[in-house]
Formats: sequence, structure tokens, C-alpha cells
Amino acid sequence: MQGLAGFFQHWADSGGPNFSIVYDQFDRQRFLLGLWTTIELSVASIVLSVVLGLAGAWVLAGPSRAGHAVVRGYVQFFRNTPPLVQLSFFYFAVGGLMPGSHGGGGPLVTGFGWAVISFSLFAGAFNVEIFRSGIEAVPHATVEAAQSLGYRGYGLYRHILVPLGLRICLPALTNNMVNLVKTTTLAYAIGVPDLLYAASQIWSEVLNVREMMIVLLVSYLILVAILVWMMERWERSMAIPGHMA
Amino acid sequence: MLSSAALPATAAAGLLLSCAYAQAASGATDPGVLAALLRWAPIIIGGVLLNIGISILAMALGTVLGVPLGLLLMTRNTVTRAPAWTVMQFFRNTPWLVLLFYVMFLTPYQIEIGGLTIALPAWVKAVIGLALPVGANVAEIVRGGVQSIPGTQWSAAESLGFNTLQTLRMVILPQALRRMLPPWVNLHAVLTMASSLISVVGIQDGLALTKAAVSAEARPELLVPMYLLLLLLFFAYCYPVARLTLVLENRLQRGIA
Repeated sequence: MQGLAGFFQHWADSGGPNFSIVYDQFDRQRFLLGLWTTIELSVASIVLSVVLGLAGAWVLAGPSRAGHAVVRGYVQFFRNTPPLVQLSFFYFAVGGLMPGSHGGGGPLVTGFGWAVISFSLFAGAFNVEIFRSGIEAVPHATVEAAQSLGYRGYGLYRHILVPLGLRICLPALTNNMVNLVKTTTLAYAIGVPDLLYAASQIWSEVLNVREMMIVLLVSYLILVAILVWMMERWERSMAIPGHMA
Repeated sequence: MLSSAALPATAAAGLLLSCAYAQAASGATDPGVLAALLRWAPIIIGGVLLNIGISILAMALGTVLGVPLGLLLMTRNTVTRAPAWTVMQFFRNTPWLVLLFYVMFLTPYQIEIGGLTIALPAWVKAVIGLALPVGANVAEIVRGGVQSIPGTQWSAAESLGFNTLQTLRMVILPQALRRMLPPWVNLHAVLTMASSLISVVGIQDGLALTKAAVSAEARPELLVPMYLLLLLLFFAYCYPVARLTLVLENRLQRGIA
């Protein structure tokens, strides 16, 4: 490890590319902290958006017309407005009007919190559509058979519709999760110390924009590749033999 | 299906409600909330028009870049197909903001062709930065469109004596273009929403101008109405485009057996 750092230091000193995050401990810590924040942001947003998607699809599958209108309004609003403007709305407008926490220890909801809320709502709107299409693709004959066995309401949703519908819509869900991981870079705009923020701090100090850009691009490609790999493994482990082509 | 007038009406009602709430919260001598909004609205609308303009230009440039890439993706020769696939995956899987930073930082301020010096203003760099991921997505749309044409069309054209280029030009592409249109229009809507990223790299678009307006007014009760106004302006453009996508898809469904 020391040899690696020494090699990169020597490479930078002799006029080559300056990958300071390898040999400089402060830069490396900042970078790893940014990477960890991005991972935390992605995981929290993915989990919350899936919960929102399932809840929205549950309302859409139910009988309440008012519920349908509310969910459809939510979906159309969050799908047709820019995520950056949504994030700014939550952080500046809503956050600006909220009171501070007791004892003056800072805002009630931090930038990280607003980012998670905003990205979850944004991705949740897409997830509602994805889960709805998956649930509607469950063959009606299967649903009728379940109903004849006594399943209805929440039991039908939880034991029949969601398991089968989820397997159908898994590719679209994976695509949406990849988009969510890419969207987490927007948190840079409200000062959340994510990967892009850490990289921009490093390159404004060490002046190695080109190298940090390459590191950034490779990091995001690796993050996306890991996510896609995990989702594909899950898809394979969940596949019902003979159920779908 | 939600009626097409109910959602915009609800959104406008929401904006008016937030204005009423803000008016109740503002001081006795402050100018009215609606007056403040109307004063800043032309500037903010101008900013949103800049967003739309940049997204149209980036869409055009992205399509010009993406169509050849898409055609390269479908060649049978691995030497041409593998690099095209790598480029497409690369630009599709990187965050748009990172690509935008990349182009903004690493393109020169001006380029010299012959003896002519052409300055590259920030918005030109933004158009290039946004056109890169758009091009990759257009390539995927082109590939999907052409590959969705049944193989029987190719066989029938071959039996009638068309060569590959003639088949593409006279049989496949006219049919494929109709199938590519809905996802292409959808991509334009996605791009318009992504165009607000240019405020992060310093271009005075709708979001940057809204922030400037809010800080110029220095009244916290105006925060929610101003940002809601910006959201509604974007919604007013993107929602009809999304509905257009649906209409195009439905018309396409009726056209195919």
C-alpha cells in the first residue's frame, strides 16, 4: 500500500497525472467520506421510494376514487417537474420556513434529510407507475383463483399481487434505481457532502480537475455496476421456474 | 384517467392558496404577494424559456450524434459494434451533472479555426454537455426502434432484390421512425427537466433567476410562492409533452395490427 502511494506521488511529482486521493491521506479521507455519503443517500432514497411506490400502487388498486386522484396528482406532479427544482423547493422554501430545533442546534431537517425526502418522492412517483404496471400484468385468472380461495384486500395484495407483479416489473425497477443513484449527484447543489462535492473540493484545492473527473466517472460506473449486479442476482434468485420466459 | 384540466387547475389553485397564506404572513406595509410575483414573473419565465431553448438545442445536437451511434450499434461487425456499445453504456450510466461538469471544465473558452477565434459562451458548453447523454439515449432508441421491426420485413425486402442500404432506407426506417417517436419525445421531456442542472454550473436559468429574485425580495414568506411558480412553469411545459407521448403511443398502437 505504501508502495502504491509512493508510486502515485512520484508520478505526480514528475509531471504525470496527479491522483492525490491515493497518496494524500486528507484527500483520501474526504473522498471516502463523500463516497459513503453517496451510498447512504442512495440506499435511504431507494428504500423510501420503494415503500412509497408500493403504498401508491396499493391505493391505485383499491376502490377509493379520491385516493386515485391524489396518487395520480402526486405522480404527474413529481414526474413532470425537474428534480433539482423539487430539491430546491424542499430545502430552501420548505426548510426556510421551518423553525430551528430546540436549543439552537441547527435546522430541524438537514440538507441530507431534505435530499432523501426529495429524491424518495421523485423516485417514488416513477415507482408507483412501475408497480402499477407490474400488478396490472398479473393474469386476471390468477387473481380470480386467489379470490375464490378467500384472498381479498390486503392479503390479496401482499401474497399474490406484489410477489408476482414485482417479478414482472423488476427490470424497470432496476432502471429506476440506476437513475436514482445518478440523481443523487443533485445533492451537490444544496451542499450535501456527497461524492461530487468531495471531488470538487479536492480539485479546487489540488487543481487536478482532469484526474478527479476520471476518478468520479469510474466511481459512478462502479457504483451503478454493483447495483445492477445485486439486482440481477436478486432477480435470478427470485425467478419462479417455468413461470416466465 | 385524470381529466386533462383537473390537474393544472389543482396546481394553479395550490399556487393561489400559497399566495394567500403568504399574504397573511407578510407585514402591513409590504407590497402584495401577487404584485411581487407578477413583477418577477417575466424574468423567471424568461429563464424557463432559456431552459426550454437549451433543451431543444441539446436534443437536436444529441439526435445528430446519437443516430450514427445507434446505426453503429446494429452492425454485425464486432470491431464497429463493441466501441459503440462501450461509448453508449458509458454515457448512459454516468450522472448528467458529472458529464456537465466535465464538459464545462474541460472545454476551452475559445477555439481557433484557421485565423478565426470563436468564443464559446457558457450556454454552448451546457448544450454540448447535455447533448452527450442525450446522444447515448437516442442511440438506444434508434437501436430499439429498428430491432423492433419484424425480421420478416428484412426477408421480404431481400426476396424482392433490395440490398441492405436500400432496405434500411425504403422499408425499415420509415416504419421504425414511427416507433421511435414516443420515446424520443419522452426523452425531450426528461431533458427539459434535466436542463435545470445548468443553474449549478452558473448559467442564469429559471432556477438561478428564482433564487436571485427570492434573495432580492428578502421576504421569507415569498419563498414558497416563488418556488411553486417555477415548478408550475416547468410543469406547464412538461405535462403537455408527456400527454403528447401518450397520444403518439396510442395512435401508434392503432396503426399496427
